[in-house]
This record gives sequence, C-alpha cells and structure tokens, in this order.
Amino acid sequence: MSEKKLALIATKGTLDWAYPPFILASTAAAIGYEVQIFFTFYGLQLLKKDMNLKVSPLGNPGMPMPMGMDKWFPTIGTAIPGMEAMMSSMMKSKMKSKGVASVAELRELCQEADVKLIACQMTVDLFDMQPSEFIDGIDYAGAATFFEFAGESDVNLFI
Amino acid sequence: MSEYTEKFDATGLNCPLPILRSKKVLSSMNTGDVLYVIATDSGSVKDFDAFCKQTGNQLLDSSEADGKYHYYIKKA
Repeated sequence: MSEKKLALIATKGTLDWAYPPFILASTAAAIGYEVQIFFTFYGLQLLKKDMNLKVSPLGNPGMPMPMGMDKWFPTIGTAIPGMEAMMSSMMKSKMKSKGVASVAELRELCQEADVKLIACQMTVDLFDMQPSEFIDGIDYAGAATFFEFAGESDVNLFI
Repeated sequence: MSEYTEKFDATGLNCPLPILRSKKVLSSMNTGDVLYVIATDSGSVKDFDAFCKQTGNQLLDSSEADGKYHYYIKKA
C-alpha cells in the first residue's frame, strides 16, 4: 500500500481555527498519510513559539456563549473591551476540562509524526515577522513548493 | 477478551487524542502484540474502527460497558 498524501493550507490564526489543521494533520499522520501544512497569512500565528491564540465572539453569531450570555449581551456587547480575552480563557479552560488537547500539544504531535510545516515566505516578509518568532523545524517556501506536494496528494484542504 | 500485551488508558481524553496516543503505544509494540485501550470518548467507537481499517491493524474486539469503551487491537 503506497503512502497516501494530505496537503493542507492553514489561513486562520484564531484559537478555534487552529484546531482543524492540526487535528486533521496529526490524525492523518497516525493513519499513515504523509502530510504537509502550508501556513499563510494569519495561519502563520499557528507557527509562533508563543501562540497566545484567541477566539472572538465579535461577528461570530455561531459561537455558543456560556451561561446564557448571548441573552443579556446584544451583538454590540461582544465588542466590549476584555470580552475577547475572557471568552478565550473560558474556551481554553472548557477544552481542558473536556480532555481536548491544547493547540501546542497537537502541534507537537504533528512534528513528532513528521508532518511538514511550511511557512509562507511572502507573508513572513509582508508582516515583517522574524524566523526567531517561529518554532524550530519548519520550512519557508512559496506557492510553487506547495503544488509540488499538493499536485500529487490524495486530499487537499483549504482551511 | 482479556489477553493483551499492553494496556493504554485513554479515559477522559477527547478526539483525536485516544487515537494519536494509542498509535504511539502501538509503534513501540511488535507485530502480533495486542493493545488494550480504554476510552470514554463516544466518538472513539467509529474512530478506532476506521483507524484499524486504514492502518491494517486488526480490531479484535470493541465493546462498551458502564460508559467506558474497550478496544483490543492486534498490531499488523
């Protein structure tokens, strides 16, 4: 059985959207897929040493609010200063209590399983990011490099 | 089922950790060895089935008792 391949593009840098690429990549690797994730634009936050990811209730009507808060906070209330930090820490503690892995843990599992993590060089330059801000063991490349792998992959997802 | 080579307790862990950690334990085992996994994640029933089908490992037994899920996996 020749190895299957999974190519992912991760474009989002929030706590909630950090999960899909790392869950899919680590699971695929466990099943025997060769996996690459191409991180571009806000997805680059997922490669930072210090991720400090947040989730925002602002403009996110699908987000379940704890303790019926959506009833006493109108939409505008989700823009109150501190709301994002509070929601982020509440979500993190809820995840912990439910046995959901942290993003850092899933990322480590991906690296242990030889999932190739590629930072989009163009975005790194665009946002004046420094390689020292990122974890070790990642590659820096462009779209053509992504296609070299994606072109022969069995599954390609844009997240 | 009661015979196994190694046991892994995935109680309290949620998707995809039961699979990922079990895979890690399996990697350290020999062909023909049996891994016994206990989990509380209800989604793991279908996941262990799918995991075994795709990796060639054999799911010898999958059962539920008292809110816990028990899996016996024979390493390919």
